[in-house]
Amino acid sequence: MSPSASEPAPRSADCAEPSGLYDLAVIGAGSAGLAGAVTAAELGLSVALLDSSSGTGGQFYRHPVPATGALRPEALHHDWAAYAGLRRRLEASAVTHLGGHHVWTVAREGGAEDGRLGGTRGGPDVSRDGRQDRSGGGERPWTVHAVTGADGCAERPVRVRARAVLLATGAYERQLPFPGWTLPGVVGAGGAQAMLKSGLVLPGKRVVVAGSGPLLLAVASSLAAAGARVPAVVEASGYLGYARHPRVLAANPHKLAEAVLHGSALLRHRVRLRTRSAVTEVHGRDRVEAVTVTRLDRDWRPLPGTARRIACDALAVGHGLVPQIELATTLGCATRATPDRATALVLDEQQRTSVPDLWAAGETGGIGGAQLARVEGEVAGLAIASRLGGRPARPARVRELQRRRDRMRAFADAMAAAHAPGSAWSRWLTDDTDVCRCEEVTAGSIRTAVADLGARDARTVKLFTRAGMGWCQGRMCGAGVACLAAGAGPVAAPAERRPLAVPVPLGALASLDEPSGEPSGGPGGGSSARPAEGPPMTHG
Amino acid sequence: MARARTPADLVGAQAGPPFEITFDGRPVPALPGQSVAAALWAADILAWRTTRVGGRPRGAFCGIGQCYDCLATVNGSPNRRACLVPARPGDAITTQEGHGHEPLGV
Ligand code: FES
Repeated sequence: MSPSASEPAPRSADCAEPSGLYDLAVIGAGSAGLAGAVTAAELGLSVALLDSSSGTGGQFYRHPVPATGALRPEALHHDWAAYAGLRRRLEASAVTHLGGHHVWTVAREGGAEDGRLGGTRGGPDVSRDGRQDRSGGGERPWTVHAVTGADGCAERPVRVRARAVLLATGAYERQLPFPGWTLPGVVGAGGAQAMLKSGLVLPGKRVVVAGSGPLLLAVASSLAAAGARVPAVVEASGYLGYARHPRVLAANPHKLAEAVLHGSALLRHRVRLRTRSAVTEVHGRDRVEAVTVTRLDRDWRPLPGTARRIACDALAVGHGLVPQIELATTLGCATRATPDRATALVLDEQQRTSVPDLWAAGETGGIGGAQLARVEGEVAGLAIASRLGGRPARPARVRELQRRRDRMRAFADAMAAAHAPGSAWSRWLTDDTDVCRCEEVTAGSIRTAVADLGARDARTVKLFTRAGMGWCQGRMCGAGVACLAAGAGPVAAPAERRPLAVPVPLGALASLDEPSGEPSGGPGGGSSARPAEGPPMTHG
Repeated sequence: MARARTPADLVGAQAGPPFEITFDGRPVPALPGQSVAAALWAADILAWRTTRVGGRPRGAFCGIGQCYDCLATVNGSPNRRACLVPARPGDAITTQEGHGHEPLGV
């Protein structure tokens, strides 16, 4: 293994088995996870904070590593002060920060199967009134399994044991396929933003930004501020959808202020905003040379005769975000469909999932942005402290946070509804368009599986065509496959069930059988199962 | 804010001096703290693997470790996610073909 793979985590306890049983393990060091971790730690809980990245901030506050010497990382950010505050509190706290830890599964000690049933066994449900005593009677602890290294290739399995787990795993971008979207130079809108924020690079000099959702405006204004020309922002929805929710808008003035900020940045950089339009084709041999932009009707059906070509050398595209919840769904957490037809966790007013001692905050409960994530993280931190500590933690603060959360959730729902993919978007696809990028499965072969073989859902399509069976396990093609599988019928919520949240070296899997407490595996302790044919295990 | 010429100008990056990595043998500069993918993008290289079935070029897509389109061979070890792996002086990045195991014949 190359030494470059393992980067020392800033405050990590540098051993394979961070010692003992933590009160709380927080997975994800973005806004929600940071807020939850510092809140719980300030109330006396022992906390481990794990994130695949070496730093903190998550996707929203992604920023260059210190080695780049960036003096003004905040120039690429909105609301940096909020993050800086959380980071100061983290530094002042006793939280064990485990950077470069890719969590691949979470299990209840004594077996995952038992964990799933945990809530229905072992006596009365004491969690409601928060009067669970600190030491006993309750659930068996959780074990969080991770692999280390910049991209999880260090093959050093790590186990963290904790009495409660807070999932703050955020979201990834929803992609809808279209002809040419696999050409180099086509990048995720969030991806372009991420590479800019952390690597200080642009995918090209003339970058069209397309898709739907408010992220597009933020991406376009930061690309333009960083020196790219942005010929157009192409938004498939209109913005009139927001007008249907005047009360929600009035209650969230900061969101309007944000929109105005981005809007005026776009004006200043002479970026054209085209609404009710989509990039329906990318042109180029080995990389992007131009895109075709077509006007859409209300259902996102391309309007004939409206196509125009725009020259560019990159396209940043994305259709909003979807919650990243596979750790939770594997444990059997209840989910709900969001207004934009994604799947989010069902959470109660204390941020509890349907599984005892498993909390979630931020985008896992539905896309809502960094500010909402921060509020929810704090609510979760307070609730966990109260559950483990046996008495209510700061009830007045909890009520005020819950009010703010409800207001922001209402806005998030309005936003999701306004940018939900139109039912006719798949009209963009030609039969030879790749839908599954990993396995190179075309729209034509998926349509054949549906029309001739009788597939009605993404799972069956996957069995017939391998769509969603590759490296990314359907993260990129899931939305597209589900829509094609549904044909004319309603789109079933995708089953976000992936047995392993990240690819795992065989050595790490083997170490599951070892008794806990011993260093498990080790460098060179097994060959990577990742490479050849996708992840070591697939489901379905 | 006025239009910055580069992202590094915008954030006032004062990185140490660039160092060199190679891509298919050709020298490529990288800045301290950049991922392999970022260094390649900065050198206007957008593709560093070819697909298994169609032999089509691919590079970074999601930028955050989710899509696996950015797989590269780094110092002889295939299937490394270039968007996550930090560039180190002297790293040899090579185009990854198919599933990255051609030399092994598997
Ligand atoms: S660009 Fe998607 S995993 Fe690296």
